[in-house]
Amino acid sequence: MPVQPRRAALTASATDTVRLSGVGFGYADGPSVLRDINLILAAGSFHFLTGPSGAGKSTLLKLLTLAARPTAGELTLFGEDAGAAPRSALPGFRRRMGVVFQDFRLLDHLSAFDNVALPLRLAGARRDSYAADVEEMLDWVGLGERTDDRPPTLSGGEKQRLAIARAVVNRPDLILADEPTGSVDAAMGERLLKLFQSLNRLGTTVLIASHDEGLAAASGASVLRLEGGRLVGGMA
Amino acid sequence: MIPGLTRSRAAILPRDGGGEPWLAAVIAVLCFLACLSAVGAVSADRAAHGWARQLRAEATVQVRPRVGETGTEAAARAAQTLAGVTGVEEAEAMDRQTAEALLRPWVGDAVLPDLPLPHLVTVRLDRDAPASAVSLSRALAEAGVDATVDDHSLWRGEVERSAALITALAVAAFLLTAGAAGAAIVYATQAGMAAQRTIIETLSLNGASDGRIAGLYQARYGLLAAGAGAAGAAAAMALTAGLRFLGGADGVTPALPVAWSDLLMLSPCPLLAATVALVAARITALARLRGGR
Repeated sequence: MPVQPRRAALTASATDTVRLSGVGFGYADGPSVLRDINLILAAGSFHFLTGPSGAGKSTLLKLLTLAARPTAGELTLFGEDAGAAPRSALPGFRRRMGVVFQDFRLLDHLSAFDNVALPLRLAGARRDSYAADVEEMLDWVGLGERTDDRPPTLSGGEKQRLAIARAVVNRPDLILADEPTGSVDAAMGERLLKLFQSLNRLGTTVLIASHDEGLAAASGASVLRLEGGRLVGGMA
Repeated sequence: MIPGLTRSRAAILPRDGGGEPWLAAVIAVLCFLACLSAVGAVSADRAAHGWARQLRAEATVQVRPRVGETGTEAAARAAQTLAGVTGVEEAEAMDRQTAEALLRPWVGDAVLPDLPLPHLVTVRLDRDAPASAVSLSRALAEAGVDATVDDHSLWRGEVERSAALITALAVAAFLLTAGAAGAAIVYATQAGMAAQRTIIETLSLNGASDGRIAGLYQARYGLLAAGAGAAGAAAAMALTAGLRFLGGADGVTPALPVAWSDLLMLSPCPLLAATVALVAARITALARLRGGR
């Protein structure tokens, strides 16, 4: 397990990792997708975000990854105002998060190794400083024998594991995952959940959006429920 | 040994196998044309300066004989007078055969024997301190020679103005081709970013700054332009060398005397092409990223 408790002490005692106050979001000339979201994710906490399809789970994750900005309310990440942060400040926020996308967002022209190494390369790390971590992470998600293979040659489950490896390789303070166990079997789903839990124990805040309410309940984590763009239960 | 260390780092952006060879070809052609413009400008300038220098070092004196004096005698007296003027290296009366040889290409042989020709003296001036037309006229007047001195200033001005115009046109052609290369890079960058929109989003969400993403496109198109610029410059060098080899120091035509040193002048072409591409790609990429398109 390559993950080290980087910044764990800081996140455990410092400000909340995520704070949303009266946050709303809607597309121009369209209905509101999210309304009056009030949410606090304390540093080092673990949450599931559930709700029916179309409830706004993916949109809420888009706001948290700063792929979209709130049209109402305040969004604070790592103690800083992120909702109104200038574009130049976004990489600084994003380098402290790991994101697992529902559609994986893997780069098909890169090998599994290079996909996992991507956040580290983009942060300017030297290859010799991360090669061992990347290899170990690939081993851990069961892709140690496929480091040179490209995503189009991987199965759906393998792509998902690769996407998770990429999200956690830079030891983020916050992990956001959109249906991270949707394409894997139950055994691998349980194994991936344990990965998130072990990262959480090291101080990483975790938010997993999933329609699998059974998995959420079995995890023992706090469960947030979105319906019709509103948080209706399980306030963190 | 960690296996990952032995792998080469793949380019973060995928290659655009379909469009990039064509873009490289366009830039190579533009660089070839820009190089020819530069060689043309330098050669034309060299020719014009050579002609102007030649004209500046010579003067022509038309002599009108006095009553009782032949034209040949008047020209000889004028040549003798002018030879003693400071700033004159040599003065020589032009004989009729020489004058006829000058006119033959224009009027032919038939009328030459009947044509009254002016009596001329050619004066070769000191290149470093040439005598002025005024001092030549004064010396002739003091010697009692009725003559008109032409220091070729009219022609020299025309030649220099023509050279300046050719140089300006060549610079304009060079700038236009550089602009066209820049426009091609702008178009390619926009097309590439539109086609790779999801990749750019992925890079951005994984912590890449706008400058880092723009840098990826800069590196791609900068290298491409450098290679294409080298190809264009090499082709222009080959053509220039061929012209120099065939035409010698005077060139294939006197208007374009090509020198071997012109080849060196073309060597920065890949660097210039890369610079244009780097600037165009960065401005385009940043504008597109900040525009959210």
